[in-house]
Order: sequence, then structure tokens, then C-alpha cells
Amino acid sequence: MSFPTVVFYVLSAILIFAGLRVITAKNPVHAALYLVLAFFTSAGHWLLLESEFLAISLVLVYVGAVMVLFLFVVMMLDINFEKLREGFWKNAPLAGTVGLIMVGEMVLILMSPEASLGSYKGAAPLAADASNIRELGRLIYTTYLWPFELAAVVLLVGMVAAIALTMRKRKDTKFVNPGDQVVVRRDDRVRLVKMAAVKRSEPVAEAESADQQA
Amino acid sequence: MMEFLQGILGNEAGLTVWTLLKIVAIVAPMMGAVAYLTLAERKVIGYMQVRIGPNRVGYFGLLQPLADGIKLLLKEIILPTQSSKGLFLLAPVLSIGPALAAWAVVPFTDKLVLANTNASLLYIMAITSMGVYGVIIAGWAANSKYSFLGALRSAAQIVSYEIAMGFALVGVLMVSGSLNLVDIVNQQGHGVAGGSALSWNWLPLFPLFIVYLISGVAETNRAPFDVAEGESEIVAGFHVEYSGMAFAVFFLAEYANMILVAAMTSLMFLGGWLSPFPASWGVLGASGFIWMALKISLVLFCFLWFRATFPRYRYDQIMRLGWKVFIPVTLVWVFVVGVWMMSPLTLWN
Repeated sequence: MSFPTVVFYVLSAILIFAGLRVITAKNPVHAALYLVLAFFTSAGHWLLLESEFLAISLVLVYVGAVMVLFLFVVMMLDINFEKLREGFWKNAPLAGTVGLIMVGEMVLILMSPEASLGSYKGAAPLAADASNIRELGRLIYTTYLWPFELAAVVLLVGMVAAIALTMRKRKDTKFVNPGDQVVVRRDDRVRLVKMAAVKRSEPVAEAESADQQA
Repeated sequence: MMEFLQGILGNEAGLTVWTLLKIVAIVAPMMGAVAYLTLAERKVIGYMQVRIGPNRVGYFGLLQPLADGIKLLLKEIILPTQSSKGLFLLAPVLSIGPALAAWAVVPFTDKLVLANTNASLLYIMAITSMGVYGVIIAGWAANSKYSFLGALRSAAQIVSYEIAMGFALVGVLMVSGSLNLVDIVNQQGHGVAGGSALSWNWLPLFPLFIVYLISGVAETNRAPFDVAEGESEIVAGFHVEYSGMAFAVFFLAEYANMILVAAMTSLMFLGGWLSPFPASWGVLGASGFIWMALKISLVLFCFLWFRATFPRYRYDQIMRLGWKVFIPVTLVWVFVVGVWMMSPLTLWN
């Protein structure tokens, strides 16, 4: 077995383990962290396929940003695990059926003679100095410009919709305008009061005895 | 040397050993630099506050980092009873791992680099974005309200400033046309100003340079952006439950990240190993590692200077600065650079 093959099987074993733990872990934070591990391991798979741009952007976008926000939300949830597991056996037949159908579809596609995966030799190895970032950029901005822009617009619509759905005007926020804060002068806030010095009339000894009593 | 190792151990084992030796040659001086950066910080801030700083251990306090290290090594690592034990111990590892792994692609001169890959800049951004997990997991696993607050603040802050940082780097990518750090530095070496300090990226990309520098301070959770460990509000933030070496590892990671951000700033905007003088000036004009080291030290000094100078930002002000000031500034300047590159006045050919 060559070295890349060994790496492939090791990564695959970790990936399957992490994927299983995502759905079996009792604690949602642990589940989210196993999902991070799964993303990271599949980035390793992409590196084996010589697509370093996809691998690095998977880590950058999903591990570095999306999962952080995900974890951020999950950590703050107060979940009652017993209640969550109540309907498990009631819903299990439906979930099992859907799962089996999905597996069947995958098998049909992968085993079909049209896909001819059995005789697929794998992509030709690239030259050592080939940059697939440059190639990807060229394809995205020439051949596939319209699909790419369309995907960007769909994402933008999703973003705007998410903000529009959750944006509520709150009346009780203590919002401060930074512009107003900057233009504030000392005279607006501070008033110096001149007072004449007060002369102490009582002797000092009495004040001292009062202190001792206190 | 590599041929010698390959002769003894065979082709692949020799290469592995040789690479491991190179990694040691990068990490060992790095750890030394981290240790002495802590001393430098205490000395510099001390003098800025008209104190002397540590001066008892060794001449001029030079052995202080060693004494600190031994002290932390000998202390007990306390596991809080209600904590999530595995994650609690994993968090320091997750925070130092990315801080060290990012150095794999950092070039020290145009020849001296462990892995000269085409996507090195992207790799550094991806790896450093993973450092936040150390903070989040530490805050959550400790099962303490203070650490949890610190973790939440830190996560929000790091994710926000990463966007501004990324956009600042987009400008650099546009003018250099490469994701390779060696190419990015070499591109700064020629231009209208003839390879001196005036041809580096900091001048035409000045707004991006400032945004990158400030975002770098925020990314490393340094003062004045250190709300994640605001001592006066949440005692020490995410690492409040850590002791001994587990705490020290967080400390090492923070300083290693500082050096990394300083190195990235000098590579991206300050011309890396290039000399600030024109090439015709003989020895002064020659490029070399010494210039890189000087630039890193300069940026690091600024980090310490900021800490001694500025009071801590209020949390809402941090978010406003990141989202409403830096991101628009970078977007506008990326647009300006795009137009500039297409116009006849372009500096980058």
C-alpha cells in the first residue's frame, strides 16, 4: 500500500468516527466539536486529491467561521436531553425509511454503468507548480460567470431575508451615538463649584474620641 | 545534509527526518523569542510607566523568563470538578497548535522557508482562524461563568475582525497577483520607487495596512482589545480556571500569535526581508533576514506600546469599530486599488 492510500484510510476512519459521534454524542457541544473534526478531516481528503484551494477554504469558511458561530449558539442553549430523546422510537420508522431511501439512491447512482466508477482511473496528477487557484478563478470568471453570479445573488437574498426576518425595532436599547460622544466638551459635563474653605471650630481631641467610638 | 540523511535512512525516511530537523530549527528559536518577548513586554511597559521592571533574576532580569517557566512547570494543574475534563485539557493544545502550525509557510528570506506553497497566505488565514477554538473550548469546558463570558466575547470579536483582516489581505493579493508569500514580498521589491521603503505595500495600501495592524491586535486579544480577559470585569476571562503549565500554554500561544501577526505585517506591507534603502547602497541596500527581524521587532514594539498607552475599549465600541468602520474602509480601498490598477497611473505592472 502506498503512503497516500494509508493516509486516505486513516482519514476515512477518523471521518466516519467523527460523523457517527456527531449524531450519537449526548452533549450538543461535543457533537458540534465532532462536526468540526469531520470538516477538518474531509479537508485532508481534498488535499489528497490535490485540490488545496477547496481544502483550505473548507477549513477557513466552515471550521473558522460557520462552526464558531454554531458553537456560539449551541453553548448558550439550555437543552433538556430527556425531553429531546422522548420521541425517538415513535419517529424511528420514518427516519429509518428516509435513510434507507437515501442510501438506495446513492448506491443506484454509484453502481450504475453510466457513472462507470469501476473503470475510473482518478484525475491525472498535476504538475508540481500547478496552481489550481488560478485555474479555478479563470473558470469561475469566464466559463461559469453566470452560474457563479447567480449563486452569489441567491446567497445575498438569503442574507437579506435572514436579517429582515429577525430585525425588530427595540425601544428600550441604550444606544449611544458615537458622533455625539466625540463632540462632547468638558464644559458640557463638568461644573466646577468654588466653595469657601470651612473652618473647623471644635478642638481636634473630640473628633478623635468620636472616631474611637465608631 | 539531506543527501547524507537519505544515504543512511533511505529516501523517504531521510526526507522526513530532515523536515523534522527544519521544524525544530524554526520552533526552538520561536519559543525562545516568545519567552524573551514576555521579558521585553515587562521591561518596555515598565520604562514607559517610569518603573524598572524585572531586574532581580540574572543580570538586567535576563533570566526572568526561565524562572517563570520553571515556576509554572512545577505548579499543579487543577481540574475543576464540574468541568468537561477531556475538553478542558484539549483547549490549550488547540490554542497553541495553530499558532505554531502557521509558521510552516512563513518565509524568512526568499530561500529560507519550510514549505513554499502556492496557497501559503490562504493557509495562514485558515490555520489562524482555528485558534479561536482553544479560547471557546477553554471557556465552555471550565464550567465557570467568568470563563464562559470571556469565551463568548472572544469568539464574537475574533470572527468580526477576521473579516476586516481578510479584506485587507484582498488588497495585497490584488496588487501582487499571488497567494505565495515569497512572491508577495518579491513584488514589493520593484516599482516606481526602485525597491526602497517607498515601494512597499504600506504606502499605496496605507488604509489596509492600518486596518490590518489594528485587526491584528484585536485578533490576538491584546490590549486595548483584551475584553476576553478583562481583569477588572471578568477576572481573567477564558483561562481563569487554568493553572500551572496549562495556563502557560495559553500564554505561549498568545505571544506566538503576536509574533506571527508581526511577521505577517512585515511580509505583507513592510517588504519582508527587503532593505528599506535602494539596492545601490551596498551593504545597507542588501536584503536579508536581519531586516525581517528588525521589522518584526518594530511591529512587536508597537504592540507593547499600544498596551501601555490605550485604555481598554468598551465592548460595543469594539464591535462598532470592526463592523462599521474597518469593513467599509477596506471595501472602499479594495475598490480604489482595483480602479487604480486598471488606470494608466498604475504602480503594479
